[in-house]
Amino acid sequence: MEGFLNRYRNITVLLLVLFGQLVLLAYQVRNEQDVPMIRVWTVTAVTPVARVLEGARGGSLGFVRNYILLHNADAENRQLREENGRLKLENTFLKNELSRADRAKALQMFQAQTESKMLAATVIATGTGSSTSKVVYVDRGSSAGVMRGMAVVTPDGIVGKVIAAYPTASEVLLVTDPDFAAGVVSQKNQARGTLKGEGRPLCRVDYIPGDVRVEAGEWFYTSGDDRVFPRGFQVGVVKSVKPGQPFQEILVEPSGIQRGVDDVLILINGVHQEIPDAPAANQPVYIAPNPPPAAAPGGQQQTDAAPGAGGAPQGTDADRLRQVYKSVGDAQHYTFGDGGVGGRPADFKNLPGTPQPSSGGAPPGRGAQAPAGAPPAQGAQPPAAQNPAQPQGTQPPASPGPVAAPRTQTPGAENAAPAPRKQALGTEGSAPAPRKQASDAEGATPSVRKQASGAEGAAAVVRTQASGLETAAPAVRKQASGSESVSPALRKQASGAEGAAPAVRKQAAGAESVAPALSKQASRAGGAGTAAPKQPPAAGRAPEDVRKSNQAAGDRGGPSNR
Amino acid sequence: MSYSDGRILLASEREGQVSRFRAWVMLLVPLAAILFQVYVPLFFQFLGFLEMPLLVVLYFALMRRSQISGLLVGAAVGLAQDSLSKNPLGMFGIVNTLVGYFAASIGLRLDVDHPFIRLLLSFFFYLFHQGMYWVLARALLGQHLGIEWQKLLMLGALNAVVGIALFHFLDRLRQPA
Repeated sequence: MEGFLNRYRNITVLLLVLFGQLVLLAYQVRNEQDVPMIRVWTVTAVTPVARVLEGARGGSLGFVRNYILLHNADAENRQLREENGRLKLENTFLKNELSRADRAKALQMFQAQTESKMLAATVIATGTGSSTSKVVYVDRGSSAGVMRGMAVVTPDGIVGKVIAAYPTASEVLLVTDPDFAAGVVSQKNQARGTLKGEGRPLCRVDYIPGDVRVEAGEWFYTSGDDRVFPRGFQVGVVKSVKPGQPFQEILVEPSGIQRGVDDVLILINGVHQEIPDAPAANQPVYIAPNPPPAAAPGGQQQTDAAPGAGGAPQGTDADRLRQVYKSVGDAQHYTFGDGGVGGRPADFKNLPGTPQPSSGGAPPGRGAQAPAGAPPAQGAQPPAAQNPAQPQGTQPPASPGPVAAPRTQTPGAENAAPAPRKQALGTEGSAPAPRKQASDAEGATPSVRKQASGAEGAAAVVRTQASGLETAAPAVRKQASGSESVSPALRKQASGAEGAAPAVRKQAAGAESVAPALSKQASRAGGAGTAAPKQPPAAGRAPEDVRKSNQAAGDRGGPSNR
Repeated sequence: MSYSDGRILLASEREGQVSRFRAWVMLLVPLAAILFQVYVPLFFQFLGFLEMPLLVVLYFALMRRSQISGLLVGAAVGLAQDSLSKNPLGMFGIVNTLVGYFAASIGLRLDVDHPFIRLLLSFFFYLFHQGMYWVLARALLGQHLGIEWQKLLMLGALNAVVGIALFHFLDRLRQPA
């Protein structure tokens, strides 16, 4: 037996093990009972190790994951920062584009309303120089038809004038530059003066006598006397007026550059236009305000203000139409929404004051009535401006003919005259004798004498102007020939006044006659300055600055009257 | 460790070399194999095809060249597998017992250090394991398990490949002769 077991020990053990497991299996299957002891042993042996493994795995994995997350957070932070910067740039770009689109629309509307032929340009650079120098460059040059001396405006007002035209760009002297000067006229009393830049945001209007009333808040327009800016363009609003003798100290905020100078219009062919009686419109492009927050569909705010009950209804045309129907329902004691199916609706046959929906939802344009509380659109007709004068934009082209004579004594018709004529005109004034003018005359007299004594230099200048028609001002030629387009004062001067016009004609005819005339004028001015200090010397002082500025800007044919 | 000189079949049982293992190896390696089977597929499901307990039983049975040792290792590992499954105890126990016994029996005749022998044995005993389990489940428990031959063969090949690497690693745990 023992030998048998030894010989078949392996198979015996196998059979025993198999038999034991079969019994175990049969027991479980038959009794449908488990043998928990073996499972407990196994689970007890396995799960602690599994727990340790899971802890190690979770810890290491968590560390790795946190590290990766932190790494990703840093990368994500950088990415978000870059995206934020990019979005800020994009936002700024889009805002600029939107603003640019508004300005372009304003320019387009302004061009459509204005008779003058204009050329749109964009400011591309600023000029160098001192801190008070205000010069910019625009992207249109002589190849686009821009010439030296042309006016530069925006719908808000004048901007400056071209002082140099290059093939691809032009240099524009802004109104705030100390060298800038332009003839202006007040809106209410037609007080004529000279706008001068001072190198700061506000400009000064000189040569308005103290007895002429100018109020703060009043608008100044171009007078058209300087032959650069056509008459009727906005200049600015009066910020302060200080009475003085002989001239008031008036500071004007130029309206053309208050919102920045970006897109401008260059007047290729300026046309005079009427100075409106109504206040200037500040916003050429009307942007409808957002509806009030409570004016949601079904809200009651829109129904509070009945149409035609004082204030104009705000919101869209649909809102106004809804108000009309709501008022009809209220008048008939009809509550919307209460009637069942088949119920009798309110009677809408006669709708009172139904507003006419505007076509296409376009902003109010020329002559359109602006909503209450909203800034008037460019060309919108205010009630006070309907008769007799019409606001800008609704005004038909001005009738051709000479410009009305100025009400004040400020001579504004002399434009772009050479220096000798300027001196001649300086002695010609007939205004009351302000002391300042007298003192100015005294100061001017030595310079006149100097010019008279050294007539060669002046004669050369005059000779050049007289002989070279390309460089001489058309205004001078027109004055000499008695053109119809110049002001009466010019024609008077040209026809035979003792002052400037003969001198000009003589200068045109021959430079030799200039020197005696100048010496004669010098002696006359010297006598006036010494014998009568209060003698009015210089009604021509005001345009003197204009002429200086124009001389800097170059001579060019002035705007025409229509 | 040195493989035999190219022969696959041994002339006699005495020609084969009996490998000895430390006790902790005999304890921890089967435990690690069971842990691998129940733990790793939680995170790497594609590793669920690996029959690590079978490969471990096969290795110890082959290397110990002892049928009793092999069948005991097989029975213990099989019962541990059963304990962690929903099946009644004994199914994997019987199968692994038979695997251990027959592997040890074959290991007496073959050069089990040869990788090709290991590859063939792993592939063969994987099929034997699956077949025996299918038979027992059908015979003893009345379960009708499907057989996908292509999948079975492919998984057998994969287990055989993994078995070669595993055997190579476990060879380092052998006690030197």
